[in-house]
Amino acid sequence: MSQPPDLAISTRGLTRSFGPVKAVAGIDLDVPKGMIFAVLGPNGAGKTTLLRMLATLLPPDGGSASVMGHDLRADPDAVRGVIAMTGQFASLDEDLTGRENLVMLSRLWGFAGRAARDRATDLLAAFDLADAGNRQVNTYSGGMRRRLDIAASLIVTPGVLFLDEPTTGLDPTARQSVWRLIRQLAASGVTILLTTQYLEEADQLAARIAVIDKGRKIAEGTSRQLKAQTGSGVLHVTPSDPGQLEAAEAMLATTGPVQRSAEGATLSVPVQDAASAHDLLARLIASGVEVADFSMGQPSLEEVFFALTGAPPEEETA
Amino acid sequence: MTDALLKRVERPAKPSALSNAMVFGWRAVLKFKHVPEQLFDLVMTPIMFTLLFTFVFGGALAGTPGSYLQFFLPGILVQTVVFNAVYSGMGLSTDFSKGLFDRFRSLPIWSLAPFTGLMVGDLMRHLIAGGIILGIGLILGYRPEAGVMGVVLAFAMLLAMGFGFGWVFLVLGMMVRTPTTVMTLGFTILFPVTFASNIMVDPATMPDWLRGFVEVNPVSLMTTALRGLMDGTATAGMLAVALIAPVLLTVLLAPVTLMLYRRK
Ligand SMILES: Nc1ncnc2c1ncn2[C@@H]1O[C@H](COP(=O)(O)OP(=O)(O)OP(=O)(O)O)[C@@H](O)[C@H]1O
Ligand SMILES: [Mg+2]
Repeated sequence: MSQPPDLAISTRGLTRSFGPVKAVAGIDLDVPKGMIFAVLGPNGAGKTTLLRMLATLLPPDGGSASVMGHDLRADPDAVRGVIAMTGQFASLDEDLTGRENLVMLSRLWGFAGRAARDRATDLLAAFDLADAGNRQVNTYSGGMRRRLDIAASLIVTPGVLFLDEPTTGLDPTARQSVWRLIRQLAASGVTILLTTQYLEEADQLAARIAVIDKGRKIAEGTSRQLKAQTGSGVLHVTPSDPGQLEAAEAMLATTGPVQRSAEGATLSVPVQDAASAHDLLARLIASGVEVADFSMGQPSLEEVFFALTGAPPEEETA
Repeated sequence: MTDALLKRVERPAKPSALSNAMVFGWRAVLKFKHVPEQLFDLVMTPIMFTLLFTFVFGGALAGTPGSYLQFFLPGILVQTVVFNAVYSGMGLSTDFSKGLFDRFRSLPIWSLAPFTGLMVGDLMRHLIAGGIILGIGLILGYRPEAGVMGVVLAFAMLLAMGFGFGWVFLVLGMMVRTPTTVMTLGFTILFPVTFASNIMVDPATMPDWLRGFVEVNPVSLMTTALRGLMDGTATAGMLAVALIAPVLLTVLLAPVTLMLYRRK
């Protein structure tokens, strides 16, 4: 398949099933070179399956794809030469030290002796792991493991880096440090395709976002375009008196679809900006509803889905 | 985090298949350094077997513990190597469950290199475990009649057996997701195969139907060959029948292993 020279990744109708489950059911993507592109979707949406296919780990059932101009099916070895993948679960040798992991991979790429050791030293330093380099990986914290895992993908600067849920399970500090890393890599010209379950993460990092669900792409655009559809934020309101929930819900519903929290005490409604949130809150209080608590947040993945499809994402039926 | 990230690092010249394979061999060596306990798993059972069988049953089975040990030691070496293979299947299953092989498979390397590394690790384990058991045997009074040459040939034979049986557990390791299940399954297969053999006792006293099985059991054939090599009484026929199973397993299962690996 021919591909415009400015695209790093291009797929058409890519599909993959596992028995009756259509994990990826015909996805078209065009990712320009040098961009951070996010694939946003809930559990079981097909994110990992999509990335594994693009990383040559899983053969597609149908459709076509090319990565940095190399056809995925015709020349997987050429694709392997220009990509790196950091999977959803750390792909490190837990028994070896961090340094040994990096030296091993450097040698596999073709750095010999001294050069492999230097490469490992550079990467450990760049990823704040110099002190831990001689410890076995099974003593690392989640954040350190993630950093080492990403370092292991950068032995040779890849054309395209795939990151499958790079911050899931990390605490806020570790997440910030991974985000910083991703931005620096992108600044150095690496194209990054990452998956995430958090709109906030996609919003923070990615120039374009594709929302997928049940193996299909249901929306794609810049963060701004998506927000135009979903509202840029969500106002959460908790009335003091549960008896006023109905009245509050009816009032809020005049601006957009209202969701109740699982416990039923908090109402959430999409809003365009802080000013409209302020107005809405003022009107709510003026209508006599007593507000115990309110906050403004990014829409959650559920809310994005709600806004895009009018239905929450379906639970995975596994 | 610094400019080191911003520096583009180009890909060096593509390394040879042999160089790739040697990296995996090095990984196997590192595993010994970091997880020396694995040797404990490998040699404790055979050591217990050797001591118990020699001293508890030896006198009753062969007149004296000493003459039983002379009979038993080559057999326990076979058992050690065959059991050993289970652990490499577990190792493979662990690597897969941790996603480590995904990383290897997304690299532009010789696709069989990870297996050659596993094999190197296996062969080293066989040699080390075999050496320890033989050492203990020598201390207890075992004497290989055929001398050093006999022992060297016997160990070469052991490696061939370990290599052949290794495929069974590599296949299991790739098909079964949890390492402990690989172990349970492995021993479920191996206990009957090693006990219903001539490792511990001469099958002469067994009922006919069982003896029929024991005599063609590959483990028996291998044990006979090993005894022959260590005692200096081996015949070409003995060695040939002993090698049937390892060769057959390799020929049949190596392609299956590769197919599973590529499809994974
Ligand atoms: N090897 C497999 N065998 C069978 N079914 C699979 C396999 N891999 C994925 N699936 C199924 O395909 C669907 C998509 O899975 P996938 O792992 O791609 O989702 P995901 O978006 O990465 O989810 P998560 O956020 O949980 O990581 C799921 O229904 C999953 O159960
Ligand atoms: Mg996933």
